[in-house]
Amino acid sequence: MQDLLYFFQQLINGLTIGSTYALIAIGYTMVYGIIGMINFAHGEIYMIGAYTALIAITGLASFGVAWLPLILIVALICAMLVSSSMGWAVERVAYRPVRGRHRLIPLISAIGMSIFLQNYVHLAQGSRNIGFPALIEGGFQFGSSEGFQMSLSYMQITIFVTTLVCMTVLSLFISRSRTGRACRAVSQDLGMANLLGIDTNRIISATFVIGAALAAVAGLLLGMYYGSVDPLFGFIAGLKAFTAAVLGGIGSIPGAMLGGLILGVAESMTSGYLSGEYKDVISFSLLILILLFKPTGLLGKPEVEKI
Amino acid sequence: MLEVQNLSMRFGGLLAVDQVSVDVQEHEIVSIIGPNGAGKTTVFNCISGFYKPTGGKILFRGQEIQGKPDYKISRLGMVRTFQHVRLFGKMTVVENLLVAQHRHLNTNLIAGLLKTPDYREREKKSLERARYWLERVGLIDMANWEAGNLAYGQQRRLEIARCMVTEPQLLMLDEPAAGLNPAETKELDQLIVSLKEDYNVSVLLIEHDMSLVMGISDRINVINQGRPLASGTPDEIRQNDDVIKAYLGEA
Repeated sequence: MQDLLYFFQQLINGLTIGSTYALIAIGYTMVYGIIGMINFAHGEIYMIGAYTALIAITGLASFGVAWLPLILIVALICAMLVSSSMGWAVERVAYRPVRGRHRLIPLISAIGMSIFLQNYVHLAQGSRNIGFPALIEGGFQFGSSEGFQMSLSYMQITIFVTTLVCMTVLSLFISRSRTGRACRAVSQDLGMANLLGIDTNRIISATFVIGAALAAVAGLLLGMYYGSVDPLFGFIAGLKAFTAAVLGGIGSIPGAMLGGLILGVAESMTSGYLSGEYKDVISFSLLILILLFKPTGLLGKPEVEKI
Repeated sequence: MLEVQNLSMRFGGLLAVDQVSVDVQEHEIVSIIGPNGAGKTTVFNCISGFYKPTGGKILFRGQEIQGKPDYKISRLGMVRTFQHVRLFGKMTVVENLLVAQHRHLNTNLIAGLLKTPDYREREKKSLERARYWLERVGLIDMANWEAGNLAYGQQRRLEIARCMVTEPQLLMLDEPAAGLNPAETKELDQLIVSLKEDYNVSVLLIEHDMSLVMGISDRINVINQGRPLASGTPDEIRQNDDVIKAYLGEA
């Protein structure tokens, strides 16, 4: 019984972290699906989302707003707005001017963008980590008081529910809406979409914006979960989410969701049964293994060279 | 409607197209024929904006379009197909037709989220148009199939339907009969003629299938090694000595 509770605890922790990885991974996978490139500034967009949420929460607190749902919603909207405009700007500054050039060029300009954003936050907010108020406290406890107690916190539930809502809305958007339809068309054949009169520039911008908005959601959630943010907050999370996207099959949205969850669970199992220090080793070993044995990822399809 | 004057296209040392002129009037089917490598597709690519021609003029309804980006040219009311099928293979058949009407729709994101009456109305209209064309090309029963799973001849017809929902004035078909069996070619033949007769679309056609070309073209342009060889009605072309030589070799 004890062992089982311990296992479930790791599973819950893993799914919590994994679902936020999935939220960030969607940004990588959508952009890759459309323009075939990795947005290396995506981790920074997520970090800026977390900072914006923190600033909004602090601001509201200083005005004496104490009603929790209002604080959360305002923080979420602010974070999504700022991150989305960042995502839009990254595409305009780092990708569009060099689109159609050699693949390395946008890669380098995106890395430049990432370094710039990171250092901008260093400058504006300081290098030290800042405490993030734990707005959602408490939770359920399972198990006897002598032995191991499994806990499921309200924060974790919030993360699950929010992620689930975001994923559902995104899936509906992609499968049902006109813009979503156009996104799928552009990702399959950009040139043909262009010829049929679809404004492909607008669709490309839209994918950056959507990915950034989801990263901002993850930023707020993980900020609260971890309890602090710093300017390097986005680096590791970005790397992990990228791993998740590759694991699930880059370019595939369900793949990003699955990859995120698998990676999160693998990490928390490692921390729980082996040692917390090995969790990054495990996640990047997974990346190497998947690249060696199934380079297209779990749900990805082999890429057919376009003529 | 379309006037191509002395078009030239040079790739480095290769003059792929040399002083070719083609014109398409309203309500007309015009074909470009020639041996493989004659430069037919290059002409198409210049007209549709894939290439920036190195010489000559292209006028569409009196407006110079040479060197304009492809999406601007397509918005003027001309649409093309390619030698190989370029459907959105992972989308359904009906979605292929809906997405082609994207620019005719109000794509305002807010209107989409709120499903305003205007949004619904336009969506309904585009669905009706898609349904009409699916019936027209005989694919209505496959509306919800993935386009990539259709048979080759069906994919070809779907491509033409996808062109037609954009309500073009000029339809440019690059070897539409390639890979079709004789029965499918005949269906295609009737479809193209009916596009002209019933929907008042002009057609510019590249084709190797001589029976198709001779049967439906109002006029034919022959090019050989990038240069214009002859032009005229199907009968004139059939009797033209230069053309016979180019196709059959010197006797």
